[in-house]
Amino acid sequence: MLEKMIFGRYIPGTSFVHKLDPRSKLSFVFLFIIAVFLANNAVTYGILLGFTLLVIFSSRIRIYFLINGLKPIIFLIAFTFLMHIFFTKEGAIIVDWKFIKIYEEGLRQGIFISLRFLVLVLMTSILTLTTSPISITDGMEDLLNPFKRFKLPVHELALMMSISLRFIPTLMDETDKILKAQLARGSDISTGSIKQRIRAVIPLLVPLFVSAFKRAEDLAIAMEVRGYRGGEGRTRYRQLKWHWRDTVALALLGVLVAALVLLRG
Amino acid sequence: MMKEVLSMDHVSFSYQSEEGVTEKAIDDISFAVQQGEWIAIVGHNGSGKSTLAKLMIGLLFPDEGEVNVFIQKLSEANLWAIRSRMGFVFQNPDNQFVGSTVQDDVAFALENNGVPFTDMVTRVHESLAQVNMSNFHDHEPHHLSGGQKQRVAIAGALALKPELLLMDEATSMLDPQGRDEVIRVVEELKTKTGLTVISITHDLEEALLADRIVVMNKGKLLTTGTPTQIFARGDELEAIGLDLPFAMKVSRLLRESGMELFGEHMTEEELVNGLWTSHFSK
Ligand SMILES: Nc1ncnc2c1ncn2[C@@H]1O[C@H](COP(=O)(O)OP(=O)(O)O)[C@@H](O)[C@H]1O
Ligand SMILES: [Mg+2]
Repeated sequence: MLEKMIFGRYIPGTSFVHKLDPRSKLSFVFLFIIAVFLANNAVTYGILLGFTLLVIFSSRIRIYFLINGLKPIIFLIAFTFLMHIFFTKEGAIIVDWKFIKIYEEGLRQGIFISLRFLVLVLMTSILTLTTSPISITDGMEDLLNPFKRFKLPVHELALMMSISLRFIPTLMDETDKILKAQLARGSDISTGSIKQRIRAVIPLLVPLFVSAFKRAEDLAIAMEVRGYRGGEGRTRYRQLKWHWRDTVALALLGVLVAALVLLRG
Repeated sequence: MMKEVLSMDHVSFSYQSEEGVTEKAIDDISFAVQQGEWIAIVGHNGSGKSTLAKLMIGLLFPDEGEVNVFIQKLSEANLWAIRSRMGFVFQNPDNQFVGSTVQDDVAFALENNGVPFTDMVTRVHESLAQVNMSNFHDHEPHHLSGGQKQRVAIAGALALKPELLLMDEATSMLDPQGRDEVIRVVEELKTKTGLTVISITHDLEEALLADRIVVMNKGKLLTTGTPTQIFARGDELEAIGLDLPFAMKVSRLLRESGMELFGEHMTEEELVNGLWTSHFSK
C-alpha cells in the first residue's frame, strides 16, 4: 500500500520538466495554484485540464502510474463530487428518481470543484515526482532569500530540511533493526488490543530516540569541527542555473493565465 | 629539520560531573608530534583517548597545561583558523555524513570556509580520487558501505588540504574489509603526500603501521616508542587490557608450550620467518 503512494516520492528522469530549475518549478506551481481559482466556466476548466495534461505529458510520467498512486486522493475527490451533487439545490432538476433529486447547479459545481481539486493534486505531484527533495530545498532557500531581511532564518531552515532528508533512510534502517531485535525478544506489535499494541511500540521508540539524540550530538560536533559557523560567509556547492527552458515554462504559464482571464465568464 | 605540528604540555582535564567528584580523564600528559609522522594513540576503552582528541581540536580546553597546534597555543581566538588546517574523522560513519550525496559531503568543509565554487569542484574531484571514490560522486550515504563512508569522510577532510589528519577510532565500526580499505588509503596518503597522521585506536594491529605509538592508561600516558619498542613490552600491554596482534599471540603461546622461538613476532610474516628458521639457530 505504502509503496504505491506517490505522495512525496521522487522519480529520477531526464524529461523537460525534470530538467527545469527547482526555483522555476516552485514558482510555477505556486502561481498555478492561484491561477486555478480564475477558472469559472466549462471553457476555462477545460483549458486548465488540458494544460495539466500537457505538463504531465512533458514530464514523461505515465498517467496510469499517477492515477494508481493517487487512489486515496481520487476517493476524496469522488466524495467531494457526491457531496456537491446531493446537497446543492439550485437550477433545474435533471434527475428525479425515487428519493434522489439531482439539480443542474449541483452537477456543475460537483464537476468543477472536483476538477479543481484534481488539477491541483496532479500539478503538485508532478512537482515532487520530478524534483529531488534536496533540489526543492535548494530552490526554497533561494526563493526565500529576500525574507532574510525580516529575520527569517532561511539558511538554517534549509539546512534543517536537508539534514532531516539525509537522515530519513538512516533512521528507517535503525527502526527496522530495533523492530527485529524486539521481535526476537518476543515483542509483538501486530496483534492484541489497541492498548496492547501502543504499549508494544514504546520499547521501539525509546531506543530509537536515544540513538537519534546520540546521532544529533555527534553530527553537531562533526559539523563544528569541519568549520560550520552558520550561513554567514559560506559559499555554496550546489549551484542553481536558470536556463532558457525555465523562461519558456513561466511564459507558458503566463499564456495560461491570459487565456483564463480572457475566457472566464 | 623537523617541524613540530602538535604538542601537549602537561595537559590535565576532568569532566564536571553532577556529584562534583571530578576524576581526571586526562592526567598530566605531554608529547609532541613532528611533521610527516604517523602517530598511533592506543589505550583501553575509557582511557581518555577521545578526550585527548577533543582537546586537540578545541572542543574541550585543558584545566592545566597547554595544547599547541601549529606552534600556536590553541585558544578560542585562533580556534577556527587552526581547525581549517586540520582534518578530523570520527568513529561513526553515519553520524558525520552531513551532505545528501558524496560530493556534497566532501564540499561541506569547503563551503564553510568560503572557498569559491570553481575551486570547490576541482578540490572535490581531487579528494575523491585520492580515496579511490571517484565513481561515487552522486551516491547517497545509505547506499554506501561503512568503509566507503569513512573514505568519504577522509576525502572531506583532505579537501581542505590539511596539515594534520586526526582519526578517532575511524575503523572500529567497520568490517575487516572496510577497515583494510581505510587503512590502505591512509597509508597511501602518508607515503604520497607526507601528511601527518594521528590515529586513535584500540586495535594494536593498526598501531603496528605507525611510526610511533603513544600508550594511554586511565588518563595517564604510560609510554611512547616505536612499534618494536612498544610491543617488546607485550605483558604490560595485556595487563592494561589491550588485545595483542594475532601473530604475537601465536608466537607467545608457541613459546609457552616449549618451542624455541627468539624474540617477539609482530606480523604474520615475521612469525613465519621465525618459525622456519627456528631450527637453524640450534
Ligand atoms: N561527556 C562526558 N562527561 C563526563 N565524563 C566523560 C564524558 N566523556 C567521557 N567521559 C569519561 O572520561 C573518561 C575517558 O573517556 P574517553 O575519552 O571517551 O575514553 P576513550 O575514548 O579512550 O574510550 C571515561 O572514564 C569516561 O567515562
Ligand atoms: Mg573514544
